[in-house]
Amino acid sequence: MSAGGGSAATPLGSDLVDLRDKIASRAISSEAATRATLDRAEQLNPTLNAFHELHAERSLERARAIDARIARGELVGPLAGVPIAIKDNIVTSWGTTTCSSKILQGFKSPYDATIVARLESAGAILFGKTNMDEFAMGSSGETCAWGPVRNPWDTTRVPGGSSAGSAAAVAAGICHAALGSDTGGSIRQPAAFSALVGLKPTYGRVSRYGLVAFGSSLDQIGPLTRSVRDAALVHSVMAGHDHRDSTSAIEPTGDPVGACDARAADPASLKGLRVGIPSQYLTGNHPGVDALFARARAQLHGHGATLVEVELPLTEVGISTYYVIAPAEACSNLARYDGIRYGHRTAKPGDLFDLYARSRSEGFGTEVKRRIMLGTYVLSSGYYDAYYRRALQVRRLIKQEFDTAFAKCDVILGPTAPTPAFRIGSVQDPVTMYMNDVYTVNANIAGICAVSLYGGMVKDASGGGESGAGSGTASPDLPIGVQLQAPAFQEPRLLAIACAFESMIGRAPVAPISHLS
Amino acid sequence: MSTDAPDCSESLTEAQVRHVAKLARLAPTAEEVARDQVQLAAVLKHVAKLQSVNVSGVEPMAQPFPASNHLAADEPGPCLTPDQALANAPKRLDDFFAVPKVLGEGSA
Repeated sequence: MSAGGGSAATPLGSDLVDLRDKIASRAISSEAATRATLDRAEQLNPTLNAFHELHAERSLERARAIDARIARGELVGPLAGVPIAIKDNIVTSWGTTTCSSKILQGFKSPYDATIVARLESAGAILFGKTNMDEFAMGSSGETCAWGPVRNPWDTTRVPGGSSAGSAAAVAAGICHAALGSDTGGSIRQPAAFSALVGLKPTYGRVSRYGLVAFGSSLDQIGPLTRSVRDAALVHSVMAGHDHRDSTSAIEPTGDPVGACDARAADPASLKGLRVGIPSQYLTGNHPGVDALFARARAQLHGHGATLVEVELPLTEVGISTYYVIAPAEACSNLARYDGIRYGHRTAKPGDLFDLYARSRSEGFGTEVKRRIMLGTYVLSSGYYDAYYRRALQVRRLIKQEFDTAFAKCDVILGPTAPTPAFRIGSVQDPVTMYMNDVYTVNANIAGICAVSLYGGMVKDASGGGESGAGSGTASPDLPIGVQLQAPAFQEPRLLAIACAFESMIGRAPVAPISHLS
Repeated sequence: MSTDAPDCSESLTEAQVRHVAKLARLAPTAEEVARDQVQLAAVLKHVAKLQSVNVSGVEPMAQPFPASNHLAADEPGPCLTPDQALANAPKRLDDFFAVPKVLGEGSA
């Protein structure tokens, strides 16, 4: 089934830009689009567990207001009337924000994240909060306190994480765009596992004000969408300086939407492009991933791009670097959950220490506690230099490696993840799980921008992971992702190249679940 | 701060795990301590790959781009009301967060 087939089957159009134009021309009302979105979310959520909350009444009210403004011929924003889902670690002044953690169950933010305000002033209908790995710590959607999220391509498999519900919602055709956050691959890896586009912007490009902090020097907010032009559109609304985030960049944003014009979408624009291929990306992958990576290289070459060998020898050490820096920052950021001002408080605490320790131990899940312990260890007296300081030194070397590579090429191409989606419950060992992030963490470590694109479909009978349990039944085809990485603040150029790549490969098919009715 | 070598043993001691848990303000069960002794050691062993990299003379990099202070003008702006600030409080006493007694009888 092609994307075109999907568009014929739904009144919501083929992608976000298409739906936005239909709403603007009054071919469909925002109210009808929002109602269809909410209905589909209600219908599929028992299967997918993509949403923690849907905000029907508020969304429909806002949709009607947009419809009225369009009917009056008023100027509306670039996202007027389109439903967009947001990850549950982005605060909203309505509903709750839980980060899929029991420690924040029922938490109501007194304010909106900057990007929430920007999306709403552009006319977006933010209709629900998506489930995620608890506090964004996970690569599978399984650490969500409200149960695992399921992949619409095969509901026995993970959708990827941590932006698991956002990926599942878009892949299942509930909405055309959802927001994720990416600390070490949490937008790109689920996009890869779900045949979506996932953009991780340059560090500082998008305001983090109102994004619940995990790894403050790594976190960025970005979109998961069906098309590159949609990713560019949603990103363009969110990008730009925000005085409320002191790490927010003042560099101009350029024109990501304009960059994705018809000329960019013509694969002929790939002619002369220098595509860096790190030798470190060529081994250790699932055979299907290797095959599609090879096909992408051959197609690029066929369109006149120059493939340039580059070296990123610290690729694998990046995992070690990340799993020191991210937990160190996380244990500091998560110190705020102390049972005093908000969040879970243990019943009948003894003294203050007992209140802190029991509230936190009851409220946090296993993976979050593991990372807090890890972060505390690497920052503790006697180990700080051997782990944390050293990781920061290697971080600089990783950034220098990218600088050297980008002197020879325009973008770096590789797989987004070494395998397709694995089966729920099949990866029990933390280190094995962390290796999923081998191709994604380094963009966060270096602060550069990167996008995951649909790379093709593969067969995977085993189910990956350690056990291969659950095999024996015929497995559906699974999508894999291809990643393009570009230097800092080059989002418009990265997205333009992504447009051409998307045309070259063809848009992803629609997940089989989206034909349920 | 010392430059102690990383711990590459197969497991941490129970005392090490309990010490870190105390620093982290966590109260692990005996089962969690036993699991952490093995799993934390496995992760630490993995991240010890950092030792294979020559970092002599390399300045640590805490964030991707050179950071500078963005100072806001020293002007009062809107802020939360006491009711907004206390809306999520697990326990409230008038306009305060209620906590167990910190000082006095029974304290060290």
